[in-house]
Amino acid sequence: MPVITYREALNQALAEELDRDPNVILMGEEVGQFNGAYKVSEGLLERFGSKRILDTPISEAGFIGLGLGASMLGLRPVMELMFWSFYSVAFDQILNNAANVRYMSGGLIHCPIVIRGPANGGTNVGATHSHTPENICAHHPGVKVVVAATPADAKGLLKSAIRDNDPVMFMENTILYNDKGEVPDGEHLVPIGLADIKRSGTDLTIVAHGRAVLTSLKAAEQLQAEHKISAEVVDLRSIRPLDEETILKSVRKTHRVLLVEENKPFCGVDAQISYLIQEKAFDDLDAPIKRVSAIDAPQIYAPALEREHQLPNPARILKAALEVLR
Amino acid sequence: MSKKTAANNEPKAADGAKAEEAANPISAAAQAPINAKLKPEARIELFRTMVRIRRFEERCLRAYQQGKIGGFLHLYIGQEAVATGCVSVLGDNDHLITAYRDHGHGLAVGMSMNEMMAENYGKATGCSKGKGGSMHYFAPDKNFWGGHGIVGGQIPLGTGIAFALKYKGLKGACLAFMGDGAVNQGAVHEAYNLAALWDIPVVFIIENNGYSMGTSQTRSSAGESLAKRAEGYGMTWGICNGHDLYEVRDKVAAAIQLAHEKSRPSVLEIRTYRYRGHSVSDPDSTYRRKSEVEDYRRTKDPLQLFQTSLIAEGVLDEEKAAKIDAEARAEADAAADFADASPPPTVEDISKDIYWEQDAPADQRTKGRLLFD
Ligand SMILES: Cc1ncc(C[n+]2csc(CCOP(=O)(O)OP(=O)(O)O)c2C)c(N)n1
Repeated sequence: MPVITYREALNQALAEELDRDPNVILMGEEVGQFNGAYKVSEGLLERFGSKRILDTPISEAGFIGLGLGASMLGLRPVMELMFWSFYSVAFDQILNNAANVRYMSGGLIHCPIVIRGPANGGTNVGATHSHTPENICAHHPGVKVVVAATPADAKGLLKSAIRDNDPVMFMENTILYNDKGEVPDGEHLVPIGLADIKRSGTDLTIVAHGRAVLTSLKAAEQLQAEHKISAEVVDLRSIRPLDEETILKSVRKTHRVLLVEENKPFCGVDAQISYLIQEKAFDDLDAPIKRVSAIDAPQIYAPALEREHQLPNPARILKAALEVLR
Repeated sequence: MSKKTAANNEPKAADGAKAEEAANPISAAAQAPINAKLKPEARIELFRTMVRIRRFEERCLRAYQQGKIGGFLHLYIGQEAVATGCVSVLGDNDHLITAYRDHGHGLAVGMSMNEMMAENYGKATGCSKGKGGSMHYFAPDKNFWGGHGIVGGQIPLGTGIAFALKYKGLKGACLAFMGDGAVNQGAVHEAYNLAALWDIPVVFIIENNGYSMGTSQTRSSAGESLAKRAEGYGMTWGICNGHDLYEVRDKVAAAIQLAHEKSRPSVLEIRTYRYRGHSVSDPDSTYRRKSEVEDYRRTKDPLQLFQTSLIAEGVLDEEKAAKIDAEARAEADAAADFADASPPPTVEDISKDIYWEQDAPADQRTKGRLLFD
């Protein structure tokens, strides 16, 4: 299988879907002539033309709303937010319109729109540019929320998202764009709503999504090497719908749980999963659930601190895992 | 002054720069009352501020290339006359707020190079204790309400600051700066409407440098003029040559006067140019021609124009200008050394400055929740 970057995987997914379905269009700030702020749309303007690859002004509420309207009439717009942090400007369109139109119309209207772009902290760009809003989006029934940790998942999930008839919030991670991995050429679909066991184990279940999966995998290797502990790493891939079955199955196997995410802990995705486990697998637990999240503060700029301390790192995961296993 | 016109595909901003005269290097606006009364020392101070902005930024660029500054770094080089001119006409009750391209505004209001450079380095000695970075400078003691990262998001804030001034009965104005790309944000239009509706003393300043990232103004904004949109809200508007410090002072002073005397908002589009990419990581080669930048540098550089003017006015000579320049470079180098030697914030610091109770345990006791302590 070809080894390509996360960025190239997304680019392939876009190109293939644009090629396959004339209703797919791509829109956002700098996606065309500039090839995307993070070069995810490299070459697409050249290949598909300005009718389908559109550079928008800086007006997130306007263009996200426009994309949603177009989706109601059958287009399949893929909207790039240069950073997911700017969702806040467009959030009225996402929350009041995208999440509700199907419901309020009694199912008469589909909204096949994908909103995508980089999220997360870790690049020293300060609090306004470091949001990790999957929990906020997932709070709203009516939208789907997807986070890919590997190039293969990035491609497969994006293709599925574009074919989905509901609004899909697709969160990438700036730090991952250059990560490489094996990605199948051509048709490769990862269904939305299916978690993936990225490492199987017997002593401990680590549930994570996005870049936290990779951090957890590193910690799991260390747990094995240094402590002979076999950790299973479950990659959620989609936050909503949530693959409860895969999570619970793993918990029933290992009886111990550590939750890892790059978001802040308060009302985070992990809070939801923790409730799920105590509700449906309480009797299977041999120890209290623990979690490792970002430090509960707005994202700090200071390069010396942000990635190493504010975000989950293997050392923090290792420490928490040992506590769960104590 | 050469009259050479710039490239054909150049953004609309170019038109604003036509004012310079070939024969007389001194701008007509120098005769405006606000400029005519300027003492020679004051003129030199204005020049010094512009030079300091430029040298500070060049030093920042070097630090970025050395990996000392992280994240984004948006340089203001080419736009120095705007912040310098605007701030120079502010009175005690006048305030300002801007976006992430905030180094020029910071230096113009009197922030020190040390605290600014240390902020860029993410050090505890920075103006925001290393928490905000280059895009998020704040100096409320100098009436400077920040550097803000969300395009257009600061404009309602600036309107609110002006609202508060009026509410408190203070004769003051707030300058709310934005780029030409920001004018398309809904928040800007909502703020325009409120300001015009409620007679709020705010001056909306569009620093039109022709580009929002890689998008030229002609590809992002409909209509013939950015400033003219003010008409729909019944606001006064104007266009200003941002390469000419004297003109900036003259036009901004008039807008501030309108705010002070009639409590009316206005929109001023100041046409300027940025020499560097959008941010330091932007290669700047795909959306504009090298020759366009070079033309600006050669014929419309605000620093050079003002220096030539001051020399023609008999206020400055080459030697003195070189001395000011050397001092600014030395100051910037010293700031980099200061930032280098400063400590970063600690891991514990990450969790501070979030809620007032944590910052001021003494104040906490004055509030109701601990009455039954
Ligand atoms: C709401 C929002 N959308 C997008 C961005 C990304 N972004 C940062 S600066 C910028 C261009 C802004 O251009 P302009 O307003 O002209 O200001 P300039 O950079 O020219 O000073 C963009 C798109 C952002 N910071 N905030």
